[in-house]
Amino acid sequence: METLVLVKAMLLFVPLALAFGLVLPARAWRPLAAVVVGAVVALAAAAGLSAGLLAYGVSFAIMGCVYALLALGLNTQWGYTGHLNFGVAGFFAVGAFTSALVTIEAPTGVAAQYTQMAFGLNMPFLVGVLAAAVVSGVVAFLIAVPVLRLRMDFLAIATIGVAEIIRLIFQNERWLANGPQPLRGIPQPMHCLVEANGCGWAPGWLNGALSVLSPRDYPLFYLVIIAVFVALVYVVIERACRSPWGRMLRAVRDEESSAAMNGKPITYVRIQSFVVGAVIMGIAGALYAHYTVTIDYSHFHALFATFLVWVMLMLGGSGNNRGAIIGGFIVWGVWSGTAFLADAIEPLLALISDDLPRRAAYFRWLLVALLLAGIVLFRPQGLLREEKVVSRYLRD
Amino acid sequence: MSMSDEAAAVTRQRRPAERIRAVVQTRAFLLVAVVALFIVLVALAIHQGVGASRLLSLAAWGVMLGGIIGLGSIGLTLVYGVLKFPNFSHGALVTFGAYFTYAFMAWLPESAPLRPLSFGWTFPVALVLSMPLVGLVALAVDRVVYRRLRRQNAHLVLFAMASLAMAFFLRSVIYIVWGPDFHFFFPGRANPALELPFNIRVRADQVFILLLALAIMAGLYVLLERTRIGKAMRATADNPELAQVRGINTERVIAWTWLLGGALAAAGGTMYGLSSQLRPEMGFWLLLPMFAAAIMGGIGNPYGALVGALVIGVTHQVSTAFLDPTYGPAVAFVLMVIVLLVRPQGLFGREGG
Repeated sequence: METLVLVKAMLLFVPLALAFGLVLPARAWRPLAAVVVGAVVALAAAAGLSAGLLAYGVSFAIMGCVYALLALGLNTQWGYTGHLNFGVAGFFAVGAFTSALVTIEAPTGVAAQYTQMAFGLNMPFLVGVLAAAVVSGVVAFLIAVPVLRLRMDFLAIATIGVAEIIRLIFQNERWLANGPQPLRGIPQPMHCLVEANGCGWAPGWLNGALSVLSPRDYPLFYLVIIAVFVALVYVVIERACRSPWGRMLRAVRDEESSAAMNGKPITYVRIQSFVVGAVIMGIAGALYAHYTVTIDYSHFHALFATFLVWVMLMLGGSGNNRGAIIGGFIVWGVWSGTAFLADAIEPLLALISDDLPRRAAYFRWLLVALLLAGIVLFRPQGLLREEKVVSRYLRD
Repeated sequence: MSMSDEAAAVTRQRRPAERIRAVVQTRAFLLVAVVALFIVLVALAIHQGVGASRLLSLAAWGVMLGGIIGLGSIGLTLVYGVLKFPNFSHGALVTFGAYFTYAFMAWLPESAPLRPLSFGWTFPVALVLSMPLVGLVALAVDRVVYRRLRRQNAHLVLFAMASLAMAFFLRSVIYIVWGPDFHFFFPGRANPALELPFNIRVRADQVFILLLALAIMAGLYVLLERTRIGKAMRATADNPELAQVRGINTERVIAWTWLLGGALAAAGGTMYGLSSQLRPEMGFWLLLPMFAAAIMGGIGNPYGALVGALVIGVTHQVSTAFLDPTYGPAVAFVLMVIVLLVRPQGLFGREGG
């Protein structure tokens, strides 16, 4: 029992320390404080929380990380360059299905009649994520070239259309990714560590230490993986946006003509940032697919994969990567929390009309739509403002 | 600038890329491109063994679908022209129109169908009642959201985002009030097809839709060309600052634009509901064809939007001869990308616009 708590706490420590590293104010003591607080909270959560509550918290955090990645991708496009991408769901879907097709082993024999797919390469997890990033970036490039030469508002129309068409393709084309039927059995990375026999490649002491975990505890592992991904993407994007490249993006966004006058290739710069954002969204899609194991077209509805991401970024603060991640978790918390709210108001709705309780779920949409409208009207800069001075060599 | 300089500027040799662009970006080239796509579609359909009479029927249905899309896209293009932002909540207004008509029909007494049409006198009455109501909904959204943004001098992208929020807001209201299920104006009522010359098969309702769309277009023409408010609307869409300088009350014009756009969207939605069924997603599904029509016709040009809608409607229906009909938005999208590549200002836009 004691080793189980310790192993769980060690796994929880990684995402928690990263989270505190993000949230705590930027002082010299931040890394140390993040490690200490993360360790204490991880131990307390592993020992104090019931297994069910811990599992809920972990699955919440994993989906929060997926949305944080989407918000980071959108931040590169909207926050730094001002692209109105209303088709986040499309790139998310492309990433998820690409990674699934690359990592699943193509079914043979009788199973092939039930699961049709264009190909199944049975490649490792990381290859799947890489393929998702590449394909999503290529799709973004193909959209960006005809559209981004023109007025920026055409991009919004084009992306909302592309996302819908991508969803239609995955819904109708059975040969591609099992059409309207779900695509099952997406492999989970390092799943063998929590299985009874352990992994062939892992040293004996690791298999021994982890033998206390059961397959039920696998999401803890996945949380560590996805948290590391979020941290890596955050660091890379933050570095890029503080580099001359990031300043060029802002210049193109705010002062297009003077950026052009200073020799910046406007269209090319815009295409770059659009593709970079789409690559991140593709990675998010891949990580989502490997977490849920089973995906189908209905997961990539404009509401869940586009609209919520926009609310997250606008709430957290466009142009601020910390804000994007924090906004992602807050809005995902609000969205998950309103599920309970919808349950709670059902008796009240039953008093008004018999039909209403069954439609209680749609009040969540209403709430989130009003949230976005409220942010746009009253606080368009979000919770955390964009940092205007991005170089640490400059003091204001 | 002396005379010789001017002459030099005129005779300057244009680079090959500029020459190609000058040829490509003409109206004629865009028409050729659209016609070429259409011929490819027809050729594909014939290759799949689709008969000529079926193609003609599909084209006739396409004209009617074009009328429906056109009604929606006129409101869209007027708002786009006057307020300069793409209104993503326009699809929700289309849905609202259909559902309001549905609600009025339930409220009005039942009427015997006027054969060969499938509906009685209550349907036009309900349509006439729902059109101003949707106009008022559009106006109310403007008063609560967009006018505040105008007062704040907000960036145009914030308008677009607010309209996306309003799209989801209105859609969730529809889900809450009418539920996610399909509805029919007349469940289970037969509406047999008429036999027309050349073996074209269309339903009487579809003919009614086309005639009503044409009547509304004629009324719109009179409104825009002959009345003060219509002229003010076109002037504001053309150049808001100049219109304001000339003493046009732009806020009033904006209010009328929303009313008109909402009413036309309601008519389009009601007719779409009559030709198929009522779904909460129907407006969202029409949004892309409507935008494609508005862009093809030149933003702010209602007649152009109608022409664009007819092209898109016919192309969409002909493509269903060999393509899954759910790919309709994709056909509209391909047309839109062709327009954006060849002539971004649209068929009737000004050069260099």
